[in-house]
Amino acid sequence: MRGRARVAAAACAAVVALALGTGACASGSAAGGETTLTVLAAASLTETLNAAKPAYEREHPGVKPRFSFAGSQELAAQVRQGAPADVIATADERTMSGLGDDVTKPSVFATNRLRIAVAPGNPKRVRGLADLTRKDLTVVLAAPTVPAGRYARQALGRAGVNVAPRSEEKDVKSVVTRIRLGEADAGIVYGSDVAAAGKAVSGVAIPDAQNVTARYPVAVVSTTEHREHAQALVTWMSSPAFRKELTARGFGTP
Amino acid sequence: MKGLSARLSGYLEAELDVPAGETVAVVGPNGAGKTTLLRALAGLPARSAADLTLDGERVTDLPPHLRAAGYVPQDGGLFPHLSAVRNVAYGLRARGTSRQQARTVAQDWLNRLGVAEFAARRPAELSGGQAQRVALARALAVRPRLLLLDEPLSALDVTARAGVRHALRTHLAEYPGVCLIVTHDPVDALALANRMLVLEDGKVAQDASPGDVTRAPRSAWVARLLGRNAYPGTADDGGIVLDDGFRLVTADPLPGNGPALAVIHPEDVALYRSRPEGSPRNTWPARVELVTPVGTRLRVATRGTGGGPDAVAEITPAAAADLTLAEGVPIWVTIKATEVTLTPL
Amino acid sequence: MITTPKAVRPRVPALLWIPAAGALVLIVLPLAGLVVRAPWAQVLPRLTDPAVTESLRLSLVCSFAALGLSLLVGVPLAWLLARVEFPGKALVRAAVLLPLVLPPVVGGVALLLAFGRNGLAGPLLDAAGVRLPFTTAGAVLAETFVALPFLTLSVEGAIAGLDRRHEEVAATLGSGPLRVFGTVTLPLVAPALAAGGALAWARALGEFGATITFAGNLPGETQTLPLAVYLLLQDDPDAAIVVSLLLLAVSAALLIALRARWLSPLRSRPGALP
Repeated sequence: MRGRARVAAAACAAVVALALGTGACASGSAAGGETTLTVLAAASLTETLNAAKPAYEREHPGVKPRFSFAGSQELAAQVRQGAPADVIATADERTMSGLGDDVTKPSVFATNRLRIAVAPGNPKRVRGLADLTRKDLTVVLAAPTVPAGRYARQALGRAGVNVAPRSEEKDVKSVVTRIRLGEADAGIVYGSDVAAAGKAVSGVAIPDAQNVTARYPVAVVSTTEHREHAQALVTWMSSPAFRKELTARGFGTP
Repeated sequence: MKGLSARLSGYLEAELDVPAGETVAVVGPNGAGKTTLLRALAGLPARSAADLTLDGERVTDLPPHLRAAGYVPQDGGLFPHLSAVRNVAYGLRARGTSRQQARTVAQDWLNRLGVAEFAARRPAELSGGQAQRVALARALAVRPRLLLLDEPLSALDVTARAGVRHALRTHLAEYPGVCLIVTHDPVDALALANRMLVLEDGKVAQDASPGDVTRAPRSAWVARLLGRNAYPGTADDGGIVLDDGFRLVTADPLPGNGPALAVIHPEDVALYRSRPEGSPRNTWPARVELVTPVGTRLRVATRGTGGGPDAVAEITPAAAADLTLAEGVPIWVTIKATEVTLTPL
Repeated sequence: MITTPKAVRPRVPALLWIPAAGALVLIVLPLAGLVVRAPWAQVLPRLTDPAVTESLRLSLVCSFAALGLSLLVGVPLAWLLARVEFPGKALVRAAVLLPLVLPPVVGGVALLLAFGRNGLAGPLLDAAGVRLPFTTAGAVLAETFVALPFLTLSVEGAIAGLDRRHEEVAATLGSGPLRVFGTVTLPLVAPALAAGGALAWARALGEFGATITFAGNLPGETQTLPLAVYLLLQDDPDAAIVVSLLLLAVSAALLIALRARWLSPLRSRPGALP
């Protein structure tokens, strides 16, 4: 019996050691005087942040931001479970406020307006939200549990349109993919998604009266070990340089 | 014409004509082509192609399931997932017999082969002898025109062997078709077959009645199987030059020269401690290899040391005591010229 | 003090014990995490939620349909790979294995490129009036795509390892090739068929990436339990844990039942020999 307990303990130790060993490689601590900042960011920020990264590193020698892109809810769940992150930027304020004391002082750095994504050149002649009820159109939306899906339904509500989507995609990028591959004819996405897709999709504007503005907050994660650097990054995300980058990619600024 | 007529080509080259009702024992060393013969006749993938006519119908191009040839592989080949009675009923069902009818006929065949009480058992729960009987029942139940049995007795112990041999004898006697049975036991061949086909190296070495084969074996393998000393060689005037160059003299030489087999009964091989004086002309030095009792006599295997061949002698225990025989002892082997029988090959 | 001598049991070397126990920890600890963190008070109301029962129904329908489809096409494919020599066989075998290594999401995209509206077979399907993306049939197809290799591999190995004599004897007894396959080959590979089928079914039940990518996500149409879990995870992690437990319980129950009922009668009963 005692022998068996010892074996079990050894096995646990082995697995823990393995996990620690793997984890150590990914930890955000400084190596050779460099600070690595782990930034959890909403998937829609992928292109913008990657494009701004070299400029940031030039301005902040010794600091290397490392981005992890995913759906806002997933990012929030990671922070709640104590993931070793320094900064979090989500695609909606609701998710951020749900984090409470896990983050400090969220501030809005970008906005995003909805657009209807259609095939290049808009061959099905979609002119507005009311067209999305047309029988000849295959419409997909993001699931109501993700911000883009929630906003899309708000906008449809304002327009007084009742749409039955063929699929509720797990994130807004999947909606764009459906349009790209031609599986769907129309979907409601962010303006930044249409810009990021380039020539692969076209965008149809939604009038301001019906549109919904997504506000992107960014905050420092409370458990960060690099509070100063993290705060500096948050501040930089409201700088004119970064705002220029944002507007170039279809975002708005507050 | 009722019966089988076959011409085989490929690994095994043979021609075979067997009238209906006859049972042929197929014997020969490993690799002689026995199983090849059976598989080719059954229409299964084999190293030889068989041009086959059964009861006047040419079936060469028919796949196995249309040939009506019953094939029983070495250990019976019973389907492990079916009970004994369902194994036997299998062929009948495949030929469209109703489930109920097939079961009745199958049970009847199990009865005839004395394994009725094992009807519900799976093959894994049968002894070797029981399994072999069930396999035989399965093959006979579909009344095949040709029955092919591959060593039906070789895997059995002595008791089971006698029982299955008896069952085979009974059922082969009343079986109207042609039966080919592969065996390596001359006793089985004598007991079950009225004809013996000896295969060697993909060729027919002898095709005769079992009596003829035992009296005058034309193959060294069969002769040795029958307990004889057998030496292939080339006959010349007054004797035979063995393949290794040693010459045996015979009192009854063959009319012509050519390949031949010298056969000597072990009882005609004499052993001496020192070189015998006088008449015998076939004599050579050897060493005792092995002494084993056979009935009331001793069988002495010797190895030639001065260029002479290996030979087996059968002597009385008294003679052995006089000779103080033991393994490794040097000895002289002597065979009278009148005891060397030559058969042309 | 008197000690009764203990019966000698085979010793298991620590070098095997420790890694094996480590593997168990790796598998069991996350499951334990789910069980410990589950909001047990919410379990009943969650599981009777129509959205959850709908997903469960759809999951069972799709996974069994995928199993059926896998059997229908996978068993003949396994037979072909095990028995028939043809040029390019190595390539075909590699292709059959591909869904095992392909990330399921990529598999889903590949399915779209093949059977989607603009896919290779798209015009053909369109002409036939068949639409696969966004339909339950599409979900079944996606699950079949990832589950098929488990069945095919298992059955191919079993057929290749079969003693040909039984099939040959069946042929000499008058069975044509198809009847031989049905009455001898299949029953003889039944254990591998059951094992491969169980694996394929379990894989289909848990399928997420290919399904959501190819068939989309619509409650009642293509939203199976794993998809429901993923979306719940973003909004309501507690509910996601409860539904995950349901998925675990259903698969564990069916796999255990299958093992007991299908696999054991095929073993020869010990002690039955005379």
